[in-house]
Amino acid sequence: MHELPVTQSIVSIASEEAYKHNVKVVKEIRIKLGRLTGLMPSCIQYYFDIISKGTVVEGAILNIEKLPIRIRCGSCGKESIIDVNSYLCSFCNSNDIKIIGGNEFYIESLEVE
Amino acid sequence: MEIKVVRQILEWNENCHAELQKLFDEKKVLVINIMGSPGAGKTTFIKRIIEELNKQYNIGVIEGDVAGKIDAEKIAEMGIPVVQLNTDGACHIEAMSIKNMLCDFDLDKLDILIIENIGNLVCPAEFDIGEDLKVAILSIPEGDDKVEKYPLMFSRADALVLNKYDMKNVFNFDEDRVFENARNINKDIKLFKVNSVSGEGLNSFIEMIKNKIKK
Repeated sequence: MHELPVTQSIVSIASEEAYKHNVKVVKEIRIKLGRLTGLMPSCIQYYFDIISKGTVVEGAILNIEKLPIRIRCGSCGKESIIDVNSYLCSFCNSNDIKIIGGNEFYIESLEVE
Repeated sequence: MEIKVVRQILEWNENCHAELQKLFDEKKVLVINIMGSPGAGKTTFIKRIIEELNKQYNIGVIEGDVAGKIDAEKIAEMGIPVVQLNTDGACHIEAMSIKNMLCDFDLDKLDILIIENIGNLVCPAEFDIGEDLKVAILSIPEGDDKVEKYPLMFSRADALVLNKYDMKNVFNFDEDRVFENARNINKDIKLFKVNSVSGEGLNSFIEMIKNKIKK
Protein backbone atom coordinates (compact mmCIF):
# COMPACT_ATOMS: atom_id res chain seq x y z
CA MET A 1 0.00 0.00 0.00
CA HIS A 2 2.93 2.35 0.51
CA GLU A 3 4.70 1.56 -2.75
CA LEU A 4 4.72 5.21 -3.89
CA PRO A 5 6.97 6.71 -1.16
CA VAL A 6 9.14 3.60 -1.40
CA THR A 7 9.51 4.07 -5.17
CA GLN A 8 10.38 7.73 -4.70
CA SER A 9 13.17 6.59 -2.43
CA ILE A 10 14.44 4.10 -5.04
CA VAL A 11 14.56 6.88 -7.66
CA SER A 12 16.40 9.26 -5.36
CA ILE A 13 18.97 6.74 -4.06
CA ALA A 14 19.67 5.35 -7.53
CA SER A 15 19.98 8.86 -9.03
CA GLU A 16 22.33 9.92 -6.26
CA GLU A 17 24.58 6.92 -6.88
CA ALA A 18 24.50 7.52 -10.65
CA TYR A 19 25.68 11.13 -10.20
CA LYS A 20 28.33 10.05 -7.73
CA HIS A 21 29.80 7.69 -10.35
CA ASN A 22 29.26 10.08 -13.24
CA VAL A 23 26.90 7.71 -14.99
CA LYS A 24 24.64 8.88 -17.82
CA VAL A 25 22.43 5.83 -18.34
CA VAL A 26 21.16 3.38 -15.76
CA LYS A 27 19.90 0.18 -17.41
CA GLU A 28 18.92 -1.85 -14.40
CA ILE A 29 18.43 -1.39 -10.66
CA ARG A 30 18.90 -4.59 -8.68
CA ILE A 31 16.80 -4.75 -5.54
CA LYS A 32 16.53 -7.38 -2.83
CA LEU A 33 13.14 -7.76 -1.18
CA GLY A 34 12.43 -10.10 1.75
CA ARG A 35 9.28 -12.19 1.60
CA LEU A 36 8.06 -10.92 4.95
CA THR A 37 7.60 -7.42 3.56
CA GLY A 38 4.26 -6.79 1.93
CA LEU A 39 5.51 -4.80 -1.06
CA MET A 40 4.41 -5.66 -4.58
CA PRO A 41 7.16 -5.60 -7.25
CA SER A 42 4.78 -5.01 -10.18
CA CYS A 43 3.30 -2.01 -8.42
CA ILE A 44 6.76 -0.57 -7.71
CA GLN A 45 7.80 -0.89 -11.38
CA TYR A 46 4.54 0.79 -12.45
CA TYR A 47 5.15 3.80 -10.20
CA PHE A 48 8.83 3.83 -11.13
CA ASP A 49 8.10 4.21 -14.86
CA ILE A 50 5.99 7.27 -14.09
CA ILE A 51 8.06 9.09 -11.49
CA SER A 52 11.50 8.38 -12.99
CA LYS A 53 10.65 10.37 -16.15
CA GLY A 54 13.25 13.05 -16.78
CA THR A 55 15.72 11.61 -14.24
CA VAL A 56 18.98 9.78 -14.90
CA VAL A 57 17.28 6.48 -14.05
CA GLU A 58 14.45 6.88 -16.56
CA GLY A 59 13.92 3.68 -18.53
CA ALA A 60 15.74 1.47 -16.04
CA ILE A 61 14.35 -1.96 -15.33
CA LEU A 62 13.82 -2.88 -11.72
CA ASN A 63 15.19 -6.33 -11.12
CA ILE A 64 13.54 -7.24 -7.82
CA GLU A 65 14.76 -10.48 -6.33
CA LYS A 66 12.61 -11.91 -3.56
CA LEU A 67 14.57 -13.29 -0.64
CA PRO A 68 13.18 -16.18 1.39
CA ILE A 69 12.41 -16.25 5.11
CA ARG A 70 15.48 -17.64 6.80
CA ILE A 71 15.55 -18.98 10.34
CA ARG A 72 18.07 -20.28 12.83
CA CYS A 73 16.94 -23.17 15.00
CA GLY A 74 17.47 -22.94 18.76
CA SER A 75 17.34 -26.71 19.14
CA CYS A 76 19.67 -28.06 16.44
CA GLY A 77 21.43 -24.79 15.64
CA LYS A 78 21.00 -25.16 11.87
CA GLU A 79 19.85 -22.45 9.50
CA SER A 80 17.08 -23.15 7.04
CA ILE A 81 14.62 -21.53 4.67
CA ILE A 82 10.95 -21.78 5.55
CA ASP A 83 7.60 -21.13 3.96
CA VAL A 84 5.25 -18.44 5.30
CA ASN A 85 2.79 -21.14 6.33
CA SER A 86 5.05 -23.18 8.54
CA TYR A 87 7.33 -21.65 11.12
CA LEU A 88 9.28 -24.78 12.00
CA CYS A 89 12.91 -25.84 11.57
CA SER A 90 13.28 -27.74 8.28
CA PHE A 91 15.76 -30.15 9.89
CA CYS A 92 14.33 -31.08 13.29
CA ASN A 93 10.79 -29.62 13.17
CA SER A 94 11.42 -27.58 16.33
CA ASN A 95 9.45 -24.36 16.80
CA ASP A 96 12.28 -22.80 18.80
CA ILE A 97 13.33 -20.64 15.89
CA LYS A 98 14.60 -17.12 15.29
CA ILE A 99 13.91 -15.28 12.07
CA ILE A 100 17.22 -14.08 10.64
CA GLY A 101 16.16 -13.06 7.13
CA GLY A 102 13.09 -12.04 5.17
CA ASN A 103 12.78 -8.37 6.17
CA GLU A 104 15.34 -7.14 3.64
CA PHE A 105 14.65 -4.24 1.34
CA TYR A 106 17.66 -2.62 -0.28
CA ILE A 107 19.26 -1.61 -3.57
CA GLU A 108 22.13 -3.96 -4.19
CA SER A 109 23.60 -2.57 -7.39
CA LEU A 110 23.05 -0.61 -10.60
CA GLU A 111 23.81 -1.86 -14.10
CA VAL A 112 25.02 1.18 -16.03
CA GLU A 113 26.47 2.18 -19.38
CA MET B 1 29.24 -2.16 -15.86
CA GLU B 2 27.92 -2.83 -12.39
CA ILE B 3 28.03 -0.34 -9.54
CA LYS B 4 27.68 -1.80 -6.05
CA VAL B 5 25.28 0.24 -3.94
CA VAL B 6 23.86 -1.73 -0.98
CA ARG B 7 21.68 0.99 0.52
CA GLN B 8 18.48 0.49 2.47
CA ILE B 9 15.53 1.82 0.49
CA LEU B 10 13.83 2.90 3.71
CA GLU B 11 17.04 4.60 4.90
CA TRP B 12 15.32 7.97 5.15
CA ASN B 13 13.03 6.47 7.77
CA GLU B 14 15.64 4.37 9.51
CA ASN B 15 17.97 7.35 9.95
CA CYS B 16 15.18 9.42 11.44
CA HIS B 17 14.12 6.54 13.69
CA ALA B 18 17.65 6.28 15.09
CA GLU B 19 17.79 10.04 15.64
CA LEU B 20 14.47 9.97 17.52
CA GLN B 21 15.53 7.02 19.68
CA LYS B 22 18.63 8.94 20.72
CA LEU B 23 16.57 12.00 21.58
CA PHE B 24 13.99 10.00 23.57
CA ASP B 25 16.80 8.29 25.50
CA GLU B 26 18.37 11.65 26.36
CA LYS B 27 15.01 13.05 27.45
CA LYS B 28 14.11 9.80 29.23
CA VAL B 29 10.81 9.37 27.41
CA LEU B 30 9.45 5.85 26.96
CA VAL B 31 7.80 5.67 23.54
CA ILE B 32 5.12 3.09 22.82
CA ASN B 33 3.84 2.39 19.30
CA ILE B 34 0.35 0.91 19.41
CA MET B 35 -0.65 -0.97 16.26
CA GLY B 36 -3.68 -3.01 15.21
CA SER B 37 -6.70 -3.16 12.91
CA PRO B 38 -9.43 -0.50 12.83
CA GLY B 39 -11.79 -1.41 15.65
CA ALA B 40 -9.31 -3.56 17.58
CA GLY B 41 -9.75 -1.23 20.54
CA LYS B 42 -6.52 0.75 20.37
CA THR B 43 -7.98 4.00 21.69
CA THR B 44 -9.90 2.32 24.51
CA PHE B 45 -6.74 0.44 25.47
CA ILE B 46 -4.73 3.67 25.48
CA LYS B 47 -7.33 5.42 27.64
CA ARG B 48 -7.07 2.57 30.14
CA ILE B 49 -3.29 2.79 30.27
CA ILE B 50 -3.56 6.52 30.87
CA GLU B 51 -6.03 6.01 33.72
CA GLU B 52 -3.68 3.54 35.36
CA LEU B 53 -0.51 5.57 34.95
CA ASN B 54 -1.26 9.28 34.83
CA LYS B 55 -1.13 9.83 38.58
CA GLN B 56 2.42 8.57 38.68
CA TYR B 57 3.76 9.65 35.29
CA ASN B 58 3.44 12.44 32.74
CA ILE B 59 1.94 11.03 29.57
CA GLY B 60 1.56 12.45 26.07
CA VAL B 61 -0.28 10.96 23.12
CA ILE B 62 0.02 11.21 19.34
CA GLU B 63 -3.14 9.99 17.63
CA GLY B 64 -2.57 8.81 14.07
CA ASP B 65 -5.58 8.62 11.79
CA VAL B 66 -6.21 8.89 8.09
CA ALA B 67 -8.71 11.67 8.78
CA GLY B 68 -10.58 13.40 11.58
CA LYS B 69 -9.79 14.03 15.23
CA ILE B 70 -12.31 11.82 17.02
CA ASP B 71 -9.67 9.87 18.95
CA ALA B 72 -7.63 12.93 19.92
CA GLU B 73 -10.74 14.55 21.40
CA LYS B 74 -11.36 11.47 23.55
CA ILE B 75 -7.83 11.67 24.96
CA ALA B 76 -7.95 15.47 25.36
CA GLU B 77 -11.07 15.08 27.54
CA MET B 78 -8.85 13.24 30.00
CA GLY B 79 -6.61 16.30 30.31
CA ILE B 80 -3.68 14.64 28.56
CA PRO B 81 -1.53 16.52 26.02
CA VAL B 82 -2.48 15.05 22.67
CA VAL B 83 -1.77 15.84 19.03
CA GLN B 84 -3.75 14.51 16.10
CA LEU B 85 -1.65 13.35 13.18
CA ASN B 86 -3.68 13.03 9.98
CA THR B 87 -1.95 11.13 7.22
CA ASP B 88 -4.43 12.20 4.50
CA GLY B 89 -4.79 8.71 3.10
CA ALA B 90 -1.39 7.25 3.93
CA CYS B 91 -1.53 3.79 5.46
CA HIS B 92 1.11 4.25 8.16
CA ILE B 93 3.05 6.79 10.23
CA GLU B 94 6.69 7.53 9.45
CA ALA B 95 9.46 8.63 11.80
CA MET B 96 9.60 12.08 10.20
CA SER B 97 5.92 12.69 10.99
CA ILE B 98 6.65 12.02 14.67
CA LYS B 99 9.67 14.31 14.60
CA ASN B 100 7.51 17.11 13.19
CA MET B 101 4.98 16.68 16.01
CA LEU B 102 7.47 16.92 18.87
CA CYS B 103 7.36 20.72 19.05
CA ASP B 104 3.91 20.27 20.59
CA PHE B 105 5.29 18.43 23.63
CA ASP B 106 7.64 19.40 26.44
CA LEU B 107 9.89 16.35 26.31
CA ASP B 108 11.70 17.34 29.51
CA LYS B 109 8.47 16.86 31.41
CA LEU B 110 7.26 13.73 29.65
CA ASP B 111 7.78 10.16 30.94
CA ILE B 112 5.69 8.27 28.41
CA LEU B 113 4.69 9.07 24.83
CA ILE B 114 2.02 6.81 23.39
CA ILE B 115 1.59 6.77 19.62
CA GLU B 116 -1.57 5.27 18.17
CA ASN B 117 -0.67 4.12 14.68
CA ILE B 118 -3.03 3.94 11.70
CA GLY B 119 -5.51 1.06 11.94
CA ASN B 120 -3.90 -1.50 9.64
CA LEU B 121 -2.05 -4.78 10.20
CA VAL B 122 0.25 -4.44 7.21
CA CYS B 123 2.04 -1.16 6.62
CA PRO B 124 2.73 0.22 10.12
CA ALA B 125 4.81 -2.90 10.79
CA GLU B 126 7.40 -1.83 8.21
CA PHE B 127 8.15 1.62 9.64
CA ASP B 128 10.06 2.24 12.86
CA ILE B 129 9.07 5.57 14.41
CA GLY B 130 11.54 6.08 17.25
CA GLU B 131 9.68 3.78 19.62
CA ASP B 132 11.02 1.62 22.45
CA LEU B 133 8.08 -0.76 22.39
CA LYS B 134 5.92 -2.02 19.57
CA VAL B 135 2.57 -3.27 20.83
CA ALA B 136 0.28 -5.21 18.48
CA ILE B 137 -3.35 -5.30 19.55
CA LEU B 138 -5.49 -8.10 18.19
CA SER B 139 -9.13 -8.27 19.23
CA ILE B 140 -11.08 -11.50 19.53
CA PRO B 141 -13.72 -10.72 16.83
CA GLU B 142 -10.95 -10.35 14.21
CA GLY B 143 -10.34 -14.10 14.32
CA ASP B 144 -7.59 -16.44 15.49
CA ASP B 145 -5.84 -16.69 12.10
CA LYS B 146 -4.42 -13.16 12.00
CA VAL B 147 -0.91 -13.97 13.18
CA GLU B 148 -0.57 -16.43 10.31
CA LYS B 149 -2.00 -13.98 7.79
CA TYR B 150 0.02 -10.94 8.87
CA PRO B 151 3.29 -12.38 10.15
CA LEU B 152 5.43 -9.24 9.79
CA MET B 153 3.42 -7.27 12.35
CA PHE B 154 3.63 -10.00 14.97
CA SER B 155 7.23 -10.91 14.18
CA ARG B 156 8.31 -7.34 14.98
CA ALA B 157 6.09 -6.63 18.01
CA ASP B 158 7.45 -6.68 21.57
CA ALA B 159 4.00 -7.39 22.97
CA LEU B 160 0.78 -8.90 21.69
CA VAL B 161 -2.39 -7.80 23.47
CA LEU B 162 -5.40 -10.02 22.92
CA ASN B 163 -8.15 -7.46 23.43
CA LYS B 164 -11.90 -7.96 24.05
CA TYR B 165 -10.86 -11.17 25.76
CA ASP B 166 -14.30 -11.49 27.38
CA MET B 167 -15.66 -12.30 23.90
CA LYS B 168 -13.49 -15.39 23.52
CA ASN B 169 -16.26 -17.96 23.83
CA VAL B 170 -18.75 -15.99 21.75
CA PHE B 171 -16.39 -16.11 18.78
CA ASN B 172 -15.10 -19.62 19.44
CA PHE B 173 -11.61 -18.12 19.44
CA ASP B 174 -8.65 -20.47 19.69
CA GLU B 175 -6.14 -18.48 21.76
CA ASP B 176 -3.58 -21.31 21.74
CA ARG B 177 -3.42 -21.04 17.96
CA VAL B 178 -2.66 -17.31 18.22
CA PHE B 179 -0.09 -17.58 21.00
CA GLU B 180 1.64 -20.58 19.47
CA ASN B 181 1.94 -18.90 16.09
CA ALA B 182 3.10 -15.65 17.64
CA ARG B 183 5.81 -17.44 19.64
CA ASN B 184 6.90 -19.37 16.57
CA ILE B 185 7.69 -16.24 14.63
CA ASN B 186 8.76 -14.20 17.64
CA LYS B 187 10.21 -16.13 20.55
CA ASP B 188 10.48 -13.12 22.85
CA ILE B 189 7.01 -11.65 22.31
CA LYS B 190 5.11 -10.93 25.54
CA LEU B 191 1.48 -11.99 25.60
CA PHE B 192 -1.44 -10.32 27.38
CA LYS B 193 -5.16 -11.08 27.63
CA VAL B 194 -7.12 -7.92 28.23
CA ASN B 195 -10.62 -6.53 28.40
CA SER B 196 -10.00 -2.81 27.93
CA VAL B 197 -13.56 -1.85 28.90
CA SER B 198 -13.49 -3.45 32.35
CA GLY B 199 -9.72 -3.23 32.77
CA GLU B 200 -9.42 -6.95 33.40
CA GLY B 201 -6.02 -8.39 32.63
CA LEU B 202 -4.37 -5.00 32.33
CA ASN B 203 -2.20 -5.26 35.44
CA SER B 204 0.62 -7.28 33.95
CA PHE B 205 0.82 -4.90 30.99
CA ILE B 206 1.00 -1.91 33.34
CA GLU B 207 3.77 -3.63 35.30
CA MET B 208 5.75 -4.15 32.11
CA ILE B 209 5.45 -0.44 31.26
CA LYS B 210 6.50 0.60 34.76
CA ASN B 211 9.59 -1.59 34.49
CA LYS B 212 10.58 0.07 31.25
CA ILE B 213 10.25 3.68 32.41
CA LYS B 214 13.56 5.46 31.73
CA LYS B 215 15.20 6.81 34.88
